Amino acid sequence: MPDRTDLVYAYDGSFEGLMCCVFESYTLKEVPSDIRPPNVSQQSLFDTEKWIKSDDHKSDRVFNSIPSKISHQAQELVKLGFLTCVPNKELLIYRFLRLGFKHGSKVMTMLTDDTVCALQKAVHHLTSESHKFKGFVRFSIFGEVLVAVIEPKNFVLPLLSRHFCDRFLNETFMIYDKTHSMALIYRSQKTELIFVDELTLPKVDATEIAYRRLWKQFYNTIAIEGRNNPRCRRTLMPKRYWGQLTEFNHSDQLYESDEPLQGLVAETSADVMSTSIGWLNIKEGVE
Amino acid sequence: MLKIDIYDKLTILSDSAKYDVACTSSGVDRSGKLGTIGSAAKSGICHSFSADGRCISLLKVLLTNVCIFNCKYCINRESNDIVRAAFTPLELAELTINFYRRNYIEGLFLSSGVIISPNNTVEQMIKTLELLRNVYHFGSYIHVKAIPGADNSLITRLGLLADRMSINIELPSQESLKLLAPNKTKESILRPMGLISSTIQENKSDLVKFRHASKFVPAGQSTQLIVGATPDTDHKILTLTEALYKKYSLKRVFFSAYMPVAEHSLLPSLDIKPPLMREHRLYQADWLLRFYGFEAKELLDEQHPNFNLEVDPKCNWALNHLDQFPIEINKAPYEVLLRVPGIGVTSAKRILIARRSGSIDFLGLKKLGIVLKRAQYFITCKGKILEGLKITSDGALSTLMSNQYKLPSQGPQQLSLFQEPPITREDVQQCLTGQI
Repeated sequence: MPDRTDLVYAYDGSFEGLMCCVFESYTLKEVPSDIRPPNVSQQSLFDTEKWIKSDDHKSDRVFNSIPSKISHQAQELVKLGFLTCVPNKELLIYRFLRLGFKHGSKVMTMLTDDTVCALQKAVHHLTSESHKFKGFVRFSIFGEVLVAVIEPKNFVLPLLSRHFCDRFLNETFMIYDKTHSMALIYRSQKTELIFVDELTLPKVDATEIAYRRLWKQFYNTIAIEGRNNPRCRRTLMPKRYWGQLTEFNHSDQLYESDEPLQGLVAETSADVMSTSIGWLNIKEGVE
Repeated sequence: MLKIDIYDKLTILSDSAKYDVACTSSGVDRSGKLGTIGSAAKSGICHSFSADGRCISLLKVLLTNVCIFNCKYCINRESNDIVRAAFTPLELAELTINFYRRNYIEGLFLSSGVIISPNNTVEQMIKTLELLRNVYHFGSYIHVKAIPGADNSLITRLGLLADRMSINIELPSQESLKLLAPNKTKESILRPMGLISSTIQENKSDLVKFRHASKFVPAGQSTQLIVGATPDTDHKILTLTEALYKKYSLKRVFFSAYMPVAEHSLLPSLDIKPPLMREHRLYQADWLLRFYGFEAKELLDEQHPNFNLEVDPKCNWALNHLDQFPIEINKAPYEVLLRVPGIGVTSAKRILIARRSGSIDFLGLKKLGIVLKRAQYFITCKGKILEGLKITSDGALSTLMSNQYKLPSQGPQQLSLFQEPPITREDVQQCLTGQI
């Protein structure tokens, strides 16, 4: 295939769109030097941007061929790879798929290859961050609704969904991802991922404040002064997580608005990720 | 006892419980059920880390810090003049559920001082756990302490409500126990431990026969040993640890560097620092026993009863067995890879996977996540040692040593036109083993 260094694909930012880029590249026998999501301005003066339209049929063909041409694990890796925050994840996934279509299932053992290594590293970052958030999510209770705000680097909500829905089977809860403006909502045993631009929370009640105080007190008491080790703590729980952790919040009146919660979340947008790929049933690890 | 509110109770009873090390929530996988709250994850989940860098996974509290025992090392001993408090089962259940709903914790760690009698204490603990499990339908992790001296039937009932049970041995020898914990004997600790391990075994075969038999301590049992309160050596502690894993099939043995909380002629004085490095070395050795296929006798013996604080146990072993190195990365079996300093369980497995699609060189090793800084002295790739690697005694030593024990640097040096004379492996071995 000719490697046109000036060829750049632009796509709509969806997983299906990326699969269509792979389709396009194989049908036209051309290799893009970059694949750009929307809202990224043209970086080079001389490249030609080519818009790739999303097409469910094409994307399904590419996606469904992965298990048979490469392996199921590779399919999982690609899915997870799309949720990571690594710069140029599109190009990485594209290159991984090219390697995979060439070498077959062997690609999963090529750990010393730059592309495979980089993709696995990115996915490891994603899965370890999502594991951390299983512990670091802090709910506040408003009436009967549990609400948490997180600021992850990777898009971890799909990975957290199964864990929290299983754990709080009879509850109604929402986890709001501030970084990606998305929210995971669980009510009456149903899960949704929706866009939420902004979230303003109502005032917390006295019970909530009382339990926050108790938790803070427990947190401070349980440490043994003679073993104080701030460096160890920062390694295991970097400071970027602290902002949303109850134990580090010094004011108990965090949320000022008096508006009811329901109105703000209600029907913000359609269920954007309920496609055939089934993000909410995603597995957490790649063997 | 004064009337005090829940806030003060929590403060007093978590303060008294904090010297217990175990806070893991691992070992059992249980999904949520309709009508219940909670699930358990096999790997365990840390919910926070306290200022001392320890994981907070469970709400670790005592049911009460009233105690009729007088163990000299313990902050809750009868003769100590501190404020005493006790949770009612309802208070503790409410607290647990409310912390759990806010995802502060993964479950409950319930211990207790001995109030009135061991049996009475266990009965109160059972009451609390029954309330949590049967009324609040709490389906998540519970770690409970068995009280030495309680009846077998009570211990069994307690175990059916919990996921993990533990009895702290604390002192690694009968003599130390006699001296510092006059109300406890080796027998009173080992009997319930044996009971738990045999009940776990029976329960496993019951579960095969009757699918709905209730599970007894599904996440196994653990224990804790205090390091540095008595003159017991690392060798003694590690041999005991190994025996506990083998004989009682314990899931974990925890070590706790002795924090001086009490003044007594038989104890180290109050101003000594806790032997944190020694505790760290013991944990490293514990890992070697559990995951790396080492045996206690390979790591320590009568002549070398204590760990080197400067070099970790695996490095120490490797330096004393240089005749077994270097090993070839592309050929060595898993068990041998695991013995190389700088290669752990994950990276050894990754090497095995990567080897299937081609041979590995040093650059590849770096990508696999191997700590070359340590491993370089012990391996070859495709028959060659790392290019440019100079095995000098100072260099090898300082990279293998922990940071705080670094050799003093010799300051800037004039570059020499002539290379240092090459040093043979034997020289290094002599130098390293002799000096350390």
